[in-house]
Amino acid sequence: MRSRTNPMREVHVWELPVRLYHWVNALCITGLCITGYIIGNPPALMNGTEAYFNYWFGTIRFIHFLSAFLFFFNFLFRIYWGFAGNEFAKWTNFIPLKRSQWKEIMDVIKVDILQVTHKKIDSIGHNSLASVIYFITFLIFLLQCLTGFGMYSAMSNSFLPKLFAWIVPLLGGDIHARQLHHILMWAFILFAIVHVYLVFYHDYIERRGITSSMIGGWKFIEEDVYERHETESKEKAEK
Amino acid sequence: MKSNEPSFYEEVRVNGISRSDFLKFCTTMAAFMGLEASGVGQIVKALESKPRLPVIWFHFQECTCCSESFIRASHPIVASIVLDKISLDYQETLMAASGVQAEEAYKTVMQKFPGEYIVMVEGSIPTENEAYCCIGGRSALQILEEAVANCKAVVAWGNCASAGCVQAARPNPTGAQPVHKVISGKPVINVQGCPPIADVMAGVVVHLLTFDRIPQLDELGRPKAFYSRRVHDTCYRRANFDAGLFVESFDDEGAKRGYCLYKMGCKGPVTYNSCGIIKWNDGISYPIQSGHPCIGCSEAGFWDNGPFYQHLPSIAGFGIETTADKIGLGLGIATAVGVAGHAIVTNVRKHKEITNTPETVAEPETKKV
Repeated sequence: MRSRTNPMREVHVWELPVRLYHWVNALCITGLCITGYIIGNPPALMNGTEAYFNYWFGTIRFIHFLSAFLFFFNFLFRIYWGFAGNEFAKWTNFIPLKRSQWKEIMDVIKVDILQVTHKKIDSIGHNSLASVIYFITFLIFLLQCLTGFGMYSAMSNSFLPKLFAWIVPLLGGDIHARQLHHILMWAFILFAIVHVYLVFYHDYIERRGITSSMIGGWKFIEEDVYERHETESKEKAEK
Repeated sequence: MKSNEPSFYEEVRVNGISRSDFLKFCTTMAAFMGLEASGVGQIVKALESKPRLPVIWFHFQECTCCSESFIRASHPIVASIVLDKISLDYQETLMAASGVQAEEAYKTVMQKFPGEYIVMVEGSIPTENEAYCCIGGRSALQILEEAVANCKAVVAWGNCASAGCVQAARPNPTGAQPVHKVISGKPVINVQGCPPIADVMAGVVVHLLTFDRIPQLDELGRPKAFYSRRVHDTCYRRANFDAGLFVESFDDEGAKRGYCLYKMGCKGPVTYNSCGIIKWNDGISYPIQSGHPCIGCSEAGFWDNGPFYQHLPSIAGFGIETTADKIGLGLGIATAVGVAGHAIVTNVRKHKEITNTPETVAEPETKKV
């Protein structure tokens, strides 16, 4: 039997609201991509029948709109939690303003993507590159909400979609909003492929329990990494 | 305005239109404009009492289909709006005068009714080289700027004057621009469509005459009364859309049954117009009713958003008929291949970490391998 003692410490990284946000978001995005693709390219399911038999396409669209509202409010909640949450959820993680973040981005590219060195990445929460990518996805979330609700505003009198009506003339018409909305759907799909792969990759290489951390919130962190993090935090607090 | 000018009502009476027909016209217009019942009286009163609207109607880079549409309006009185109320001043296609007399006609309007006359424009204005469109030795831009300086409002007829239409399609060799891009300081009403629906055009004219102010406009300068709803929302085939019944090809069973033309590239869901309600040619039909998808002719840049028979516009730079879906699928496959390649490389390069050889893992930093 192969085994090894490796001093690891359990760290509670992802608070419950972050985990809930993650899974609601994942569910919404999956639902939105599937229904969205069907809306863009509906299959000929009931052809040969008459309109009064069916409402399946209307139902698909209803699910899409319902998920969109859920997605939007979930997104707003995550922005709020970027101010209220713990150090790993803080908004400052996502925007690389510090030199140390840029240094880590370069390290991650060298270690995980190009694999030219075997240095260990110290981050306990998201690494800096992942954070930047998440920030870009937040921008895509925003654009997707703008274009989606912008298009929706044409058939709604309610308050929320009307807030987004200005985006359509800005883009030059509904067709451009539709096109952008459709292109961004593919951005979500590409992100999902890479995201899931990287979770597997990190679990496989680092064995910090990253996959289950999004369920239970706890991650295994090497003692030395943890201690370094603690001293850095203390130094910061003293300053 | 001089009060001794004959009113619109007096003019149509002379032309043999009965009072009954006149009232029918006013009621139709009120309905098209979305007015309440009391609005009919306002229209009647305005047309009976107000003198005719001084109008200068220019043709620049266009095909005259807006004029053609206008004179085919469903009600005969609309035709007399054109022939009796506009051609008297200046309308290049329909006026009797030519040459010097024609020039004088619109100059007279400008001098006689400063701040009162309406400039109506068909066609786009070239800006790349103004010489692409010249009338009487002067460029379209010069003529327009002079006429607009003292006008009350500008009506941009059709897609050319509202958004540039086919002349402004890529690569736009003449640098064609819509009216609202080349003039400033005056209200511009964009009456969209290629051509606009005749009754919509008449409705805009009647509105200007009745209320003495421009109609309520949307963010793209189009009158809300006619352009606030999508063709899709007022389409009689909408039930088929919600039921998920779509025409798959033009000669299939679905086409025969009158299914939704969404998959045939119908631009109804992204097009704002009144085609589904007012319809064309005396309310007989409109493209979708005739079995053809909407091409979105009342939306800016509709020529570049094609092909007409495709749901998503092609993306420039990726060849003809390459949609976001094709590119997305290609990128998706490339990503999956990249991820698989990375997984293989990882197993080779990070073998020691994976097999958990203690020496490697324990060291926080190692040299380049």
